[in-house]
Amino acid sequence: MSLLRIENLSLSIHSVEILKRVNLSIAPGQIVAVTGESGSGKSMTALAVMQLLPNGAQVSGSVLLEDQNLLTLSEPKMCTLRGASVGMVFQEPMTALNPVKNIGDQVMETILIHKAMSRSQAQARAQEVLTRVGLPQDRFPLSRYPHELSGGQRQRVVIAMAIALRPKLLIADEPTTALDVTTQAQILDLLKGLVREFGMGLLMITHDLAVVADMADKIVVMRHGEVVESGATTDLLHNMQHPYTRMLFKASGHQVTLPERPQPQPLLEVRNVIRTYRLPRKGLFDIPEHHRAVDNVSFALNRGERLGLVGESGCGKSTLTKAILGLDEVQAGEIRLDGQAVFSGHKPNLAVRRKMHVVFQDPYGSFNPRHRVARLIAEPFHLLETPPTGSERQDRIAEMLRAVGLSPDDADKYIHEFSGGQRQRIAIARALVIQPELILFDEAVSALDVSVRAQILDLLAELCATYSLTYLFISHDLSVVRTITDRVMVMQAGKIVEEGETEQVFAQPKHPYTQSLINAAPTLPEISDNVA
Amino acid sequence: MLRYTLKRLISLLISLMVASVVIFMVIEVAPGDPASFMLGVNAQEDTLVALRAELGLDVPKVQRYFNWVSGMLVGDFGTSYTYRTPVSQMIADRLWVSLPLALYALALSTLIAFPAGIYAAARRGKPGDLTVMGATQLGIAVPNFWFAMMLVLIFAINLRWFNAGGFAGWENGLWTGLHSLTLPAIALALPQAAILARVMRSSLLDILGEDFMRTARAKGVSRRQALWRHGVRNALIPVLTIIGLQFSFLLAGSIIIEKVFYLPGLGRLVFQAISARDLIVVESVVMLLVFAVITVNFLVDLAYAAVDPRLRSRT
Repeated sequence: MSLLRIENLSLSIHSVEILKRVNLSIAPGQIVAVTGESGSGKSMTALAVMQLLPNGAQVSGSVLLEDQNLLTLSEPKMCTLRGASVGMVFQEPMTALNPVKNIGDQVMETILIHKAMSRSQAQARAQEVLTRVGLPQDRFPLSRYPHELSGGQRQRVVIAMAIALRPKLLIADEPTTALDVTTQAQILDLLKGLVREFGMGLLMITHDLAVVADMADKIVVMRHGEVVESGATTDLLHNMQHPYTRMLFKASGHQVTLPERPQPQPLLEVRNVIRTYRLPRKGLFDIPEHHRAVDNVSFALNRGERLGLVGESGCGKSTLTKAILGLDEVQAGEIRLDGQAVFSGHKPNLAVRRKMHVVFQDPYGSFNPRHRVARLIAEPFHLLETPPTGSERQDRIAEMLRAVGLSPDDADKYIHEFSGGQRQRIAIARALVIQPELILFDEAVSALDVSVRAQILDLLAELCATYSLTYLFISHDLSVVRTITDRVMVMQAGKIVEEGETEQVFAQPKHPYTQSLINAAPTLPEISDNVA
Repeated sequence: MLRYTLKRLISLLISLMVASVVIFMVIEVAPGDPASFMLGVNAQEDTLVALRAELGLDVPKVQRYFNWVSGMLVGDFGTSYTYRTPVSQMIADRLWVSLPLALYALALSTLIAFPAGIYAAARRGKPGDLTVMGATQLGIAVPNFWFAMMLVLIFAINLRWFNAGGFAGWENGLWTGLHSLTLPAIALALPQAAILARVMRSSLLDILGEDFMRTARAKGVSRRQALWRHGVRNALIPVLTIIGLQFSFLLAGSIIIEKVFYLPGLGRLVFQAISARDLIVVESVVMLLVFAVITVNFLVDLAYAAVDPRLRSRT
């Protein structure tokens, strides 16, 4: 007997078709993972079950929760089901909690809004569930506010709210996407444990196939609002029917071959760099304390080498990146590119800065929406003493667009006309246009869908061969770093704890922190035989 | 919270000190001698000296600054150059009109704006929202003296519910006093309420789009409950800022309304003092207003912290 049965669910928003005849079912105690790339309709499927769809949504078909069709229920009736029979956990734990209410009130609200218990009982239950999700009362009393908790802890609070009334069905929409790998592993374990303990059904929405393969009893693959394939996890992994499913899994584990490195010849030298931030004063007359974001870091990057930098959020990756780019002055140590300091006399050295460029994570936020692509790509020209003009300039722009797989005609378009992957290509074109000695990729493929990510990685490998790039690739995604770099550094709490040839570090990590990172990262199962 | 309050308090005192120095310098150190202005061009030298001594103008400027500040601390603002009466007495009389009027107008403005703003936000894009927004547009566009004239026409001349002007004083009871301030307070409050309602609406709409509102809905909280439980308090920060600014404006900026309703308020006092070059009165009123603005900002800061726990823990 199934707990949730979605039958022929179709959804359109302002007459744009979002879901097309979606079917899926979940039994009690079962974990069903819905996966697919952005725009596949997986989140909308979840919201349709909750009946929390955006305005203008038109649904047809049926969503049966224990034979009760949720689509025909009135809004007040739905309110009695939400939180009590169906709980939901969201992607972004940093914003999912009300900042002005303490966690106790927020967990108790789930209970009190359904008038399930008296206030004192509700308080006891809130304490109990918070303890169950790993926030014991001695360290996390009910009076804590969300801003006093880390992302992983906040996600635990959200889970506690969702399970406070022991719902039969739990929906988790990308519950670990915003979290670090070690935190992700803990949250996934927690969810699995709760499903087992309470016999809940879990509808899990995620784009991460490694997580899917690791967690789910059943997998549903969606594309463009349609279910393209579904089945029990082991069956599906061993016998993929649909080409899209195969493509997805293949792209997730995508490997590229980088060209050989040239003879070692140092380009970037970072020596004993320390970057500290002043913390707010504790008391009015106290001496403020300092936080060392980058703690005595030294490394060298050779010309033509591809170096990776991995670590969890807050480890100092971004601070180090800013220091290398000369955007931020360091308190001690020196950073030299080609023998020249990036910062001299409290001012960034422009002669050095023009030899570096950066590609950021967010393909949507890193362009001025009012400029045409030609102007966006040509922007770094102002760093040159004699910027190219006229047809030379046009030719350079056209060459770059071709190099990143776009057409020279795209130069006259605006950025909103491009997809995320295409924008990241434009960002790479912008980084390459003055042929810098060094490129920094700061989480440059983290926001992309797997298939697009695979294409961008291919593009990078290609560009490495054509332009013999030297780059520093900063990422939290271990599988990407493993294929796209020659050497890798692991950073923890401002320090580089391990450094070495990429393959060697991943195959035989020496430092316990590297080991824990690699163990926590979910891995794709071996599927190469069926995919070929 | 205690540390936060203490820090705000220290910043309040520093602001007051800086403000007093700036006001003193601009007005006192500027060229011109109040004594010769008061006695005219034909004044005798010894009369001038005597008057300067009487006004305390014959001591060095630094000394005069400290005399002025220490005087204010004990409530002695000096003597008006034109009326020859204590400035503190003049200000106190006017303050008994202006302060209640400002508070009255602010209370009315908040009482109108909060429900209107929340109502409009809850019905975004629907006829109710459009009506409220249209009304606020009008409230901002029409000057408050026009409202004042219309109120007089309707409620004083036609309906005879209120007097057309003047202030009855507090001696005849709280009700009589409030009654005579009602029309001016409404005239002052309407444009302010229009602005405040728009701020409330847009601030609340921002909050309604936040992730935690969706979380609340997923818990089984209805749309309306979510608005009240999670929306309004989060939307208050920008609204409090505007309320603080409005109070400062209402306290001194109501001169036109005071004129229309013939009220003996602070605005008119400043106006008269400026026309008569009665610098000591101007100086004192300006200082008083600065004090009021800074105090209100301090109270608004405390209100922020009461609303938002993140500010409480930040030191």
